[in-house]
Amino acid sequence: MTVKRKDLLDISSLSYDEIIYIFEAAKIFKKVFTETNKKFSFLSGHTVCMLFIEPSTRTRLSFEIAAKRLSGDVISVAPSTSSLVKGESLIDTVKTLEAMKTGFIVMRHPVSLAPDFLSRNCEAHVVNGGDGNHAHPTQALLDGFSVYERSGSLKGLRVAIVGDIKHSRVARSGIELFTKMGSDVVLCGPPTLLPDDFSQYGIEMTFDLDSILPKLDVVNMLRIQLERQKGSLFPSIREYNKYFSLTKDRLKKCRKDVIVMHPGPINRGIEIDDFVADCENAIIEEQVTNGIAVRMAVFSLLCGKTLEDINKEK
Amino acid sequence: MKLCIKNGRVLDPASGFDKTACVNIEDGIIKSVGEAEAADETIDASGKLVLPGLIDLHVHFREPGREDQETIAGGCRIAAKSGYTSVVTMPNTNPPIDNQALVKFIKHEAEKSGLLNIFPAAAVSKGMKGEEISEMGELYTAGAVAFTDDGKPVSSSILMRRALEYSRMFDVPVMAHEEDHLLVDSGVINEGKVSASLGLRGIPNAAEEVMIARDVIIAGLSKGRLHVQHISSGGSVEIIRNAKKRGVNVTCETAPHYFSLTDEVVRDKLALAKMNPPLRTEDDRMKIIEGLKDGTIDAIATDHAPHLMNEKRQEIEFAPNGIIGLETAVPLMITKLVKEKGFSYNEVFAKVTCNPAKIINIKKGEIKAGYDADLVIIDPDKKVIISDDFIASNCKNTPFMGAELCGSVECTILSGRITYKA
Repeated sequence: MTVKRKDLLDISSLSYDEIIYIFEAAKIFKKVFTETNKKFSFLSGHTVCMLFIEPSTRTRLSFEIAAKRLSGDVISVAPSTSSLVKGESLIDTVKTLEAMKTGFIVMRHPVSLAPDFLSRNCEAHVVNGGDGNHAHPTQALLDGFSVYERSGSLKGLRVAIVGDIKHSRVARSGIELFTKMGSDVVLCGPPTLLPDDFSQYGIEMTFDLDSILPKLDVVNMLRIQLERQKGSLFPSIREYNKYFSLTKDRLKKCRKDVIVMHPGPINRGIEIDDFVADCENAIIEEQVTNGIAVRMAVFSLLCGKTLEDINKEK
Repeated sequence: MKLCIKNGRVLDPASGFDKTACVNIEDGIIKSVGEAEAADETIDASGKLVLPGLIDLHVHFREPGREDQETIAGGCRIAAKSGYTSVVTMPNTNPPIDNQALVKFIKHEAEKSGLLNIFPAAAVSKGMKGEEISEMGELYTAGAVAFTDDGKPVSSSILMRRALEYSRMFDVPVMAHEEDHLLVDSGVINEGKVSASLGLRGIPNAAEEVMIARDVIIAGLSKGRLHVQHISSGGSVEIIRNAKKRGVNVTCETAPHYFSLTDEVVRDKLALAKMNPPLRTEDDRMKIIEGLKDGTIDAIATDHAPHLMNEKRQEIEFAPNGIIGLETAVPLMITKLVKEKGFSYNEVFAKVTCNPAKIINIKKGEIKAGYDADLVIIDPDKKVIISDDFIASNCKNTPFMGAELCGSVECTILSGRITYKA
């Protein structure tokens, strides 16, 4: 496949074939990354800027390692030290980066659609590292890949996304990715965090976690932001825990081979208990490793590299 | 000085008049409609519409305070170019229009320009703080035609009651920007499928509707004149329709974007499609059009809101609300209502002539002997392309950029003087 795209902004603009390309490329990268210390040359001579307007550690590190494994020169702009705090507009900041010949911008931003807005106003490749509540495409891709490498396909799998759907970019991108790849997605959360408008995706929605557990192939537990409780979106952590936490008892109701995922960072004892977080079914650390492979695949896609190109260098 | 506008299709929405005729004007006043009389100057309007000069109940000219966005003189020029002869300016300037000196300043600036009648609305509360009612009598005497804190709601129900009661002394409407801040909850665009899929915080229809429901009930209690501004939701139309049936003294306006666009355009236009209230769904758009058809919605007002492109070229959450509306108003009314929905010209143009005139109690908006010769000549079939060149406003913040529409303002006449010619 030789598709060259400028940006990765969301899942909905990716084709089925591009997603399969990313999964297959990630397989190769994962093997090389975990078993050798070899670097690929695809980003050699390219400057890759981590523009993290919203702070993040794991996603930024993952992108940095991925870019470095492809021989990119990585620079970082931290919001607290950048001129953005001095009132410079996003566009002016990025014009400056472009004047320094930065070819790739990985941006995380607290406002939904900020990467779409940026991509229309700059020449550099824009990779969305998470925008507001809108999209987190590389997280969805790594979640999908983590299941793909175990099951060989996402088709026909029953995948639950549980928790604060409303405020979750991981949920939105996850819904789009898993449905595009043929999975049967079910959303679960309290009505305050699972708006009716999600029915547009044509997928099942429920408030009753226990009722869906027995048939699940995958359960993706979202992080609950503790400050939501202050907005009366749920009455207390205690009550949230009662209805929506994946506990040892709930795990027993699941199939033996159910895959438990979590995008991290985990609130242990809140959305997921210690037993489940550390059990055989949980692939939370594996997801982190896969994140690097998937992000290497995303950069390769934007560089226009084919699977053949990757195989040639491995 | 005698002027004759010859052979146009003369439309007078107030009387329903719709015939090819000549309008004879003497010393700035309409003398007769019918056969041409001898004149110093004639304008040939054959093949075109001749209408009362348009009246906009809702514009933001940014002076005083934000002259970099728009000045009163600049706003007057744009309004004339757009076919308007009278507008109501909103008081949310900096400082807000809450004293007689500022009301007089605005009127004075408009008179200096000689291009437009400005009828200022003054703040309903002192400093637009929503705490105490403004000095309505003094403001009215200085020339204010309505009271509003537009840009923000009157959240206090007791203040709304007092304002609606006290303003009865002057028979002047309280114009209400209806929004329940708690339900808005930092929303950015309409709450619905689009906000759900884009992950943008939504503003539910209910945020507008609960305040309108509250205020029509308070209007019934206080017997004041309530004018609801820029309605966007289908439910709002329903509430006002019912209130009118019950005899409540309420009128309302919508804006061209609410009968032309839906929240789907946010995906493409981003901050250029951000305004408050937000663009709603297709269902709401249809109900707004129904409300225009059955008379529930009295007026079409532009909510003309200039913002510099720099301010709009930001992340959507950070960009200010509002779009410019004057220059696109006539093309949108003709294209979206007459051509697409089969409204008659008189049905549509009543919403920008005699109806708004009645709401603010001015003797304008009709083509009738004895009335001021405020007129507009429109070529309804001429194509206009909304482009950087077409938009003469200093600010070009419109989601209609690039649209191809029908209906061109050819000539605007204020008290018998030409203020704009294409």
